[in-house]
Amino acid sequence: MNAHSDAVAAVAPDDGIAPGELLMDVRNVSLRFGGVKAITDISFDVRKGEIRAIIGPNGAGKTSMLNVINGFYTPQEGTITFRGKQRRAMKPHHAVRQGIARTFQNVALFKGMSTLDNIMAGRSVLMKRNLFWQMLWHGPALREEIAHRRVVEEIIDFLEIQHIRRTPVGKLPYGLQKRVELGRALAMEPSLLLLDEPMAGMNLEEKEDMSRFIIEVNRQRGTTIALIEHDMGVVMDLSDRVVVLDYGKKIADGPPDAVKSNQQVIDAYLGVAH
Amino acid sequence: MLYRTAGQFKTSYVADHALFPVRQDAWLLAFILLLAFVVFPMTASEFAFRALLIPVLIYALAALGLNILTGYAGQLSLGTAAFMGVGAYACYKMTTIFPGMNLLLAIGLSGFFSAAVGVAFGLPSLRIKGFYLAIATLAAQFFLVWLFEKWAWLYNYNASGAIQVTNIQMLGITVAGPQASAMVQYYFVLGVVCLVTVFAINITRGRIGRMWKAVRDMDIAAELVGINLMKAKLSAFAVSSYIVGIAGALFVFLWRGAAEPVLFDIPLSFRVLFIAIIGGLGSILGNYLGAILIVALPVIISTLPAALGLPIPSAMVEHLNTMIIGALIIAFLIIEPHGLARFWAIIREKLIIWPFPH
Repeated sequence: MNAHSDAVAAVAPDDGIAPGELLMDVRNVSLRFGGVKAITDISFDVRKGEIRAIIGPNGAGKTSMLNVINGFYTPQEGTITFRGKQRRAMKPHHAVRQGIARTFQNVALFKGMSTLDNIMAGRSVLMKRNLFWQMLWHGPALREEIAHRRVVEEIIDFLEIQHIRRTPVGKLPYGLQKRVELGRALAMEPSLLLLDEPMAGMNLEEKEDMSRFIIEVNRQRGTTIALIEHDMGVVMDLSDRVVVLDYGKKIADGPPDAVKSNQQVIDAYLGVAH
Repeated sequence: MLYRTAGQFKTSYVADHALFPVRQDAWLLAFILLLAFVVFPMTASEFAFRALLIPVLIYALAALGLNILTGYAGQLSLGTAAFMGVGAYACYKMTTIFPGMNLLLAIGLSGFFSAAVGVAFGLPSLRIKGFYLAIATLAAQFFLVWLFEKWAWLYNYNASGAIQVTNIQMLGITVAGPQASAMVQYYFVLGVVCLVTVFAINITRGRIGRMWKAVRDMDIAAELVGINLMKAKLSAFAVSSYIVGIAGALFVFLWRGAAEPVLFDIPLSFRVLFIAIIGGLGSILGNYLGAILIVALPVIISTLPAALGLPIPSAMVEHLNTMIIGALIIAFLIIEPHGLARFWAIIREKLIIWPFPH
């Protein structure tokens, strides 16, 4: 075994930030599409090792917020500081290199590829061998492939999807696709994992499984998680702190219990009599 | 009964990543290689070499190049013939400027010229997709064929406007030109095609292949797992055009012996595209199956009825060929978009579990 393969392990990388300290700081971010204000002056922070929920009614700007964080949209105003480095405009593949991975509300897997290949694709960034070595296959390219395969198999074991390893993901039921997508995001070894409605469209049992995986990812691997979710039971049980958005504005921020009893939040969800 | 995978256990990832995890597949390939390297050359006639074996290999190689771009990376191209032309003209210029040059080296280098041209015409793929990209590659097709016609330096100011391959020797054996024997040319082409196929298999099953397939299946998600779309698309154009360029050089130097610009016009592009579609997009094996079908069909139509005592005129052969290929393409697009390669995959699956239905 060469030194390279020994260095491979599927845990959150040590980024020199102690648990509980600031991992990401979002300051006064505003995002507009023409005249539509998707996000207005939002600030919040994410601390290392926590599960941070972003909730709000439909159209509140939650997904836009995630898209800003991982570089898909560039905000007109405001700054995002991630791991001590401030940035504004960036491409999504740069965000991945900085350690931000995400899953999507509507599953965004590579449908023609097997579960194994999908998760392996998540490790593309971590693989280095160039076209020449790939062409020869035997030697460095194969060693690299095997080293990463080992890590991917650990993720497959962890998510209990061994039986669908070779199945093209297009043929899988929705719940399993969501799980494969989580696997692909984990394969990127992120320091911050963004989950966009990980439980959407799932039945109770699948939700329980997914909750278990999220908690284990957070506790065992120490991965910081920011998630959007509509199932309030799940949000209140899982998250350490909750930020609530409504019409692109932040209306509450704090521990689940405090947020639950916040009058503005109740109004936003239930409506107010005029 | 012969096709049983039971009892073939993998105890390491290396074994699982082998090219043929199933032993029977390796035997089958060994058998086909035995046919290709030993049995065919011993039994084939001059006609069989020139009309079947050599063109099948060259068309399969061109389709392999196109398949990497269209089947693996999902970028539609209609400029294949023009890129083949770039390879052929580059090889022609090199062998006439440096007359003593090793032909294998010249062909290997000529691929780089078509790769460069391919990348240049692949640049629009960063902005446009699908049909619009196909039109952009169509521009390459028209522009390059026009260039082959008008730029006299490319064909050394020949009065005919065509390029003519002279006798070229390698290790004392004539490999190209009017005096080359068909068997030597067959071995030359077979060697190059086998080598490139192995490289193509290795690239497509590793990191770069996954990157291309990811871009094909969902480019936004590919970007969000950290794949640089620009690198992925342009590398697909480069590798694809390289292989297509080599196929073009072989096409002229080891098969046709001469070429005029019109040879690299759109019908050739479509021919290669049909091979890739009928064979199966996103498959290496499919290119060979498709090439065998497309090349062998006219030969069968012209020789089989004659052998049965029902000679049909050659114009009729041409028409029949066009009609059958047209019908086949429509049939494949409707019934099995993944082509002949998928048929083989289904047959194989059934054989493994035979006689049980599942």
